[in-house]
Amino acid sequence: MAQLLPHKDVVIMGLGWTGAILAQELTESGLDVVAIERGPWRDTATDFNIGYMPDELRFAIRKELFLQPAQEAMTMRNSVAQTAMPMRDYSSFLPGSGVGGAGVHWNGFNWRFFPNEFQAKTHLTKRYGAKRLNELQLEDWGITYDELEQSYDKFEYVCGTSGKAGNLKGQIIDGGNPFEGPRSREYPLPPLKMPYSSTLFADAAKGLGLHPFPLPASNMSKPYVNSLGVALGECTYCGYCERFGCANYSKAAPQTTILPVLMKKSNFEVRTECEVLKINLRPDGKTAKSVTYIDTAGREYEQPGDIILLCGYGLMNVRMMLLSGIGHAYDPNTGKGTVGRNYCYQTQGSAARLFYEGKHFNPFVASGALSSGLDDFNSDVFDHSALDFVGGANISCGTSNGRPIGNRPTPPGTARWGAQWKKATAETYQNATAIGGQGSSYPTRGNYLDLDPTYKDRHGRSLLRITFDFPDNDLRMSRYISDQLAKIGKAMNPKQMVVSHATKGWNSVPYQTTHNTGGASMGAKPDTSAVNKYLQSWDVSNVFVLGASAFQQNEGRNPTGTVGALAYWAAEAIRDQYLKKPGPLVQA
Amino acid sequence: MKTIAFASLLIATAIVPAQAQSSPQAGGRYQAVLGDCEGCHTAVGGKPFAGGTVLQTPFGKIAVPNITSDHDTGIGSWTEADFRRALREGESPGGERLYPAMPYPAYAQMSDADVASLWAYMKTVAPVHNAVEPNLLPFPFNIRTLMAGWNWLYFKPAPFAPTAGKSADWNRGAYLVNGPGHCGACHAPKTLLGADRSAALTGASLQGWFAPEITGAKPRGIGNWSAGGIATYLKTGWSSHSVATGPMAEVVERSTSQMTDGDLNAIAVYLKDQPAGADMQPASASLRSDPAMQAGGRLYRDNCATCHGADGKGERLIFPPLAGNAILVQSSAESLTRVVLAGAQAAGTKAAPTAPSMPSYAWKFNDAQVANLLTYIRNNWGNAAQAVSAESVGKIRAGLSGGPSLANKE
Repeated sequence: MAQLLPHKDVVIMGLGWTGAILAQELTESGLDVVAIERGPWRDTATDFNIGYMPDELRFAIRKELFLQPAQEAMTMRNSVAQTAMPMRDYSSFLPGSGVGGAGVHWNGFNWRFFPNEFQAKTHLTKRYGAKRLNELQLEDWGITYDELEQSYDKFEYVCGTSGKAGNLKGQIIDGGNPFEGPRSREYPLPPLKMPYSSTLFADAAKGLGLHPFPLPASNMSKPYVNSLGVALGECTYCGYCERFGCANYSKAAPQTTILPVLMKKSNFEVRTECEVLKINLRPDGKTAKSVTYIDTAGREYEQPGDIILLCGYGLMNVRMMLLSGIGHAYDPNTGKGTVGRNYCYQTQGSAARLFYEGKHFNPFVASGALSSGLDDFNSDVFDHSALDFVGGANISCGTSNGRPIGNRPTPPGTARWGAQWKKATAETYQNATAIGGQGSSYPTRGNYLDLDPTYKDRHGRSLLRITFDFPDNDLRMSRYISDQLAKIGKAMNPKQMVVSHATKGWNSVPYQTTHNTGGASMGAKPDTSAVNKYLQSWDVSNVFVLGASAFQQNEGRNPTGTVGALAYWAAEAIRDQYLKKPGPLVQA
Repeated sequence: MKTIAFASLLIATAIVPAQAQSSPQAGGRYQAVLGDCEGCHTAVGGKPFAGGTVLQTPFGKIAVPNITSDHDTGIGSWTEADFRRALREGESPGGERLYPAMPYPAYAQMSDADVASLWAYMKTVAPVHNAVEPNLLPFPFNIRTLMAGWNWLYFKPAPFAPTAGKSADWNRGAYLVNGPGHCGACHAPKTLLGADRSAALTGASLQGWFAPEITGAKPRGIGNWSAGGIATYLKTGWSSHSVATGPMAEVVERSTSQMTDGDLNAIAVYLKDQPAGADMQPASASLRSDPAMQAGGRLYRDNCATCHGADGKGERLIFPPLAGNAILVQSSAESLTRVVLAGAQAAGTKAAPTAPSMPSYAWKFNDAQVANLLTYIRNNWGNAAQAVSAESVGKIRAGLSGGPSLANKE
């Protein structure tokens, strides 16, 4: 029997980026907020101790900061015809766990989506006709870029983002991304200093008439004091960002941006190592009354609250909705139901590996988002009329790390172990770089999330089941992008180049990307979206579902910037609209 | 706008002299801020003023009493006269002597008006039932009547008297520093029996920290700081010269960060005018080529420069500067040693909320390495101070074992 706890105004599941943002914004309004976090408390000096040598084995290989399958596993299959099996380890993607969530272990890419991507269905149908989208299940998001612009701005200024604007209030600026949506002001910090590989890439791209720019990085190019008064240190280019917490206070994370302010508030509390089991609905099913959670000693608690915010990783938010009966589960056979619908990933297969002689790329001089990239072949920047797909990829070249275990490039044909491998890896370390295409991932009817009918977790709850394969549209896109990579790679004049592209059959074993989106998508209509434009559940009006679960499709860039912007957007709606008149903010 | 600003300026200057001995904010809460009552009387994670914190003194442990309005375990049964006598004379209603860990020798200077306001406020503090046995001292210090002798030796109560010829700000500063602020409780050198040897704020060792000299001395005191810089430090915990950590971080968070800008300026004006203590032995000229300096420099570049910079300048509001930081050139390296061994966290205030931490290096450096490192930072970038010995580091390390540490949980 769960122990009933005193009432709170707001109960948050998960204290990562979105949980921290919502808690900060809503405590400012005077609300009493509690966050329930499955993982441990983590702070910079204790857990990402600068006194230690960065430990690649501990964090990157053994994945100390991540969710472990013993806590919560998932099952996967490529199509409805298959029987899903549990993933024995997280490896294709790595969900975070603990205070800070994925905001601790990200690289720091802080992008905005393009304006027309929020109306992908309308825009692409108008330009290329409905037939082109036949295989896809694209929907509009029910929100416009213009509505979201101030929220993007807020997140970038809390994070302290290094970059160069390409479009300031409609005016195209040299050196930035000329294809981006208009920004109301410049980035808070100038771009990071570009490494040799990025410079080589940018020069080659310019020579081809393309438009390279420094990618937006929430790794500090200069000391920064953010909009909450919290200071971050200048990045030292150590290259231990992704899979690590930053020891140097130089990467934006909830710990380095929001928590110093939030944790001091008397109207905020976090309960760590407490796992939410279920959201409990009132008898009419239209509102939630409480959250049941369990601590590490196995004691259960019921925490009542007026507003329940699902701020876990997107996949966990979707599972919590399904376990709690919030909304209707998506059925790929009928196309009905919305929870679990439009699950997307990221099409990462396009790459060109370049090998040289006599270079010094110094890949150990690195930072998470240290890259030059271009959007000439991303999204709908280029004309797809004569092509057989929609979507695209950001193409980039940089050094996010040169770590000794993971970064061992060798030319094709090299032995995979032994003396020859050792010799090749020593010779190649300074002589290799790569160009990558981070491709869009568009929804199809058959890619979705639901509860596994067989496998359960340690609490007896059904595991989440992922049914996913790369859509043919996205594979055609990947081939096209690889052709572009090859052209740029050739212009970079390597001794040898190896080009690859994405292939059918998503494999959950090799690491690809932790950009899982959708499943609780936002939209203007309740039959094609699980939450409304304010991320409020259409069905249970005091539940808001934050995170990339709200995406209708994933685009050719990292999702965190849009996740942060949507969090500020939802917080504003709760503060300015919901608190005044609790209930559905959009009538279904 | 201009007219209004000018008018308020006139009023402000007109009021200050009259207010020099009482405080501009009514209600008594402000007097509790000035006296930093919560600093001792609120335990970590405890209810305000409910006591329970255990102070480590050179004579043993003293638990801080409950001063909420609870009738049985607090001061709910006291009268204003009882409160006044305890605060200014160190005697509780039963005639029991307080220990001077309660800074009544300083509070003796508090004005009648401030004490009255503070009493009015204390009566509004919610009662908390929390029985605290304050006297944990060993024999003979547990005999409270001995304090009569102590008082006879050291306690010369006198109400605050303004110094003629000094500005209103200076006098207000003197009142705040020596009266309610009781800065000397940490910053004034002590006799063997724990009394202030003099009122001079020339630095003292207390609770495992060295409270630095805060006179107008250069560079050891705050002579190189502007009055604005001192006020900013007290308001935020940060200045371009230093950062508050250890016990001073608590003082800033609970007391000075909540003071008015006028009072902070007054404190700055007064402190800057205080004469320097005795000159300490200057650093040896040959120190720069010393092997300890060479070894310390190597350790610094490998372990410290990432944050504090090769130039020792640090970064604003996140990494404290070492170049020109007066803490580094105190006669005692106790605080520095402690920070390297145990780690430290900076003050977090509304204006500067970051509160960054430095981890412990006790597990990584032996005593000689810590000594070399400290000798290096005390004598680089224009800093000059005596070398640190491995023995002194060893003593502090021994005192810290089992104490608070930011060492990694593994």
